[in-house]
Amino acid sequence: MNEYQKYLLKLYITGHTARSERAIKNLRNICAEDLGGKYEMRVIDILERPQLAEDEKILATPTLIKALPPPLRRIIGDLSDTEKVLVGLDLLPIDEK
Amino acid sequence: MSEDQKTPVEKLVTGIEGFDLIAQGGIPKGRTTLVSGTAGSAKTVFAAQFLAEGIRKDGAPGIFVTFEETPEDIRKNMLSMGWSIAEWEEQSLWRFVDTSPHPEIDVIETGEFDLGALLVRIEYAASQIGAQRIAIDSLGAIFSRFANTSIVRSELHRLASALKVMGVTVVITTERTQEYGEIARFGVEEFVADNVIILRNVLEDEKRRRTIEVLKFRGAGHQKGEYPFTVLPDQGVVVIPLSAIELKQRSSQARVTSGNVELDRMCGGGFFRDSLILASGATGCGKTLMTAEFISGGADNGERCLLLAYEESREQLIRNAIGWGIDFEKHERQGLLRVVCAYPESAGLEDHLIRMKREIDQFKPDRVAVDSVTALERVGSRNGFREFIISLASFVKHHEIPGLFTATTATLMGGPSITEAHFSSITDTIILLRYVEMLGEMRRGITVLKMRGSKHEKDIREYSIDEHGMHIGKPFRNVVGILSGKPEYLSREEADRMGNMFQD
Repeated sequence: MNEYQKYLLKLYITGHTARSERAIKNLRNICAEDLGGKYEMRVIDILERPQLAEDEKILATPTLIKALPPPLRRIIGDLSDTEKVLVGLDLLPIDEK
Repeated sequence: MSEDQKTPVEKLVTGIEGFDLIAQGGIPKGRTTLVSGTAGSAKTVFAAQFLAEGIRKDGAPGIFVTFEETPEDIRKNMLSMGWSIAEWEEQSLWRFVDTSPHPEIDVIETGEFDLGALLVRIEYAASQIGAQRIAIDSLGAIFSRFANTSIVRSELHRLASALKVMGVTVVITTERTQEYGEIARFGVEEFVADNVIILRNVLEDEKRRRTIEVLKFRGAGHQKGEYPFTVLPDQGVVVIPLSAIELKQRSSQARVTSGNVELDRMCGGGFFRDSLILASGATGCGKTLMTAEFISGGADNGERCLLLAYEESREQLIRNAIGWGIDFEKHERQGLLRVVCAYPESAGLEDHLIRMKREIDQFKPDRVAVDSVTALERVGSRNGFREFIISLASFVKHHEIPGLFTATTATLMGGPSITEAHFSSITDTIILLRYVEMLGEMRRGITVLKMRGSKHEKDIREYSIDEHGMHIGKPFRNVVGILSGKPEYLSREEADRMGNMFQD
């Protein structure tokens, strides 16, 4: 990973519920504001693709997995606490949370 | 499976040995049953066995949802029970839903969430293999995974109702902190309060004792109270159903020999073929000899005999028997005798019991002797021993074979033993062997104290032991207090006077 840091973010949701939509919206905002254009965001509805939930051993939804860059992180919830999400994405030092 | 119109709730036979007896046919079918227990109470084994027995007995596919241990650990641990989970996974009979924690990945919680993914995965796995049984192990572990436990709580409600709709039979394990107290931590029992089973692992008299209790089955019957169980390699949980065993034995009037002609006569023609005989006496007074004669008497008539010995080694037994003119090895060569010697401390009481049952099931003896039951007393707690005795006795009765059990009294001169206290009501025949001190000399006395359904001699008769075995002689006269261990010599006149008092 010596090129410019690209974020690969996978958001797992169970159906398009209000909570799922909230998580998607929150994530989009964070990406737009803090990640510039350096990200790839995938939304995975496990109702449609249950095997993917099995593969990643997803327990709760919404779950955001930061697949890249390392370290691997999981953020559970509707991502309403922006600061916490930023900590999880290593965009804020941990002691600030 | 036939539908019994009288039972409102259909049961699913779990296949866990002994458990279906105390659960009166299994756990409620298509419902969720909570299995709660402290750490080390064999919850995971129970959960895995629920699936394993379904696969082995009915080829019923099952899902194992693990919140705590990894599938790798479970596969490995259960291999010692003889269940090759990996093989079943290949055959699509077993599937894991792995929700064990990944300590290497940081998890951050922000805002509301649900456990929808868990439910989706369970449903997905269940539809893939057509699961009939689901085991979830263990519910409490999920609480430690999330900071927001109120969400977890409401989500588990949702899970429970979803499982109900699926119509599969579910076993969910959960932790409790105390052996006697609230059903489970986190109050999770409320989710599946319909059916609750408690596993206990109680320290009693410095010994561990496992018990299982069906606390409630909504709309369905079950045995009440705690039943001992053990966890055996190659088998898993084995419940000892005790009183749940139906005593349906027929009473037989057929007699078998005790191996001693005089003793047969004292008993009115031998022991009944389906009776339990307790021989009680102090150490060295001839109980093992009685056992040997009982065995030899059977083998001489071509009966298959099983001797379970807990006091002496095989070599000792054989040597002693030769000293009384009995050739155990000859009977063994004829295939009529099986001698099993075990050191009492080598296993727990439950394990001994299961081994004894297994020996009886496998060898299919026509008669069985246990020498001595008392030796096993020190292995278990008082309660455990009582249950052991009752269970063993019912089992032997069930097989409708004569069982001779010996008990060693605590004191040389007699007096009751714990074995006697527990045994006497379920034995059909009680024979006492006693030392009798008379005029500065030790002699031995034998009496048939009780013989259910038959006349028997009431005398206390003297006996001696030599190289031909036991010789029962004349009754003791003019002596009282033999049984209490305090014999007193009566003068001739006094004996006559007392005799006259009871004459018609």
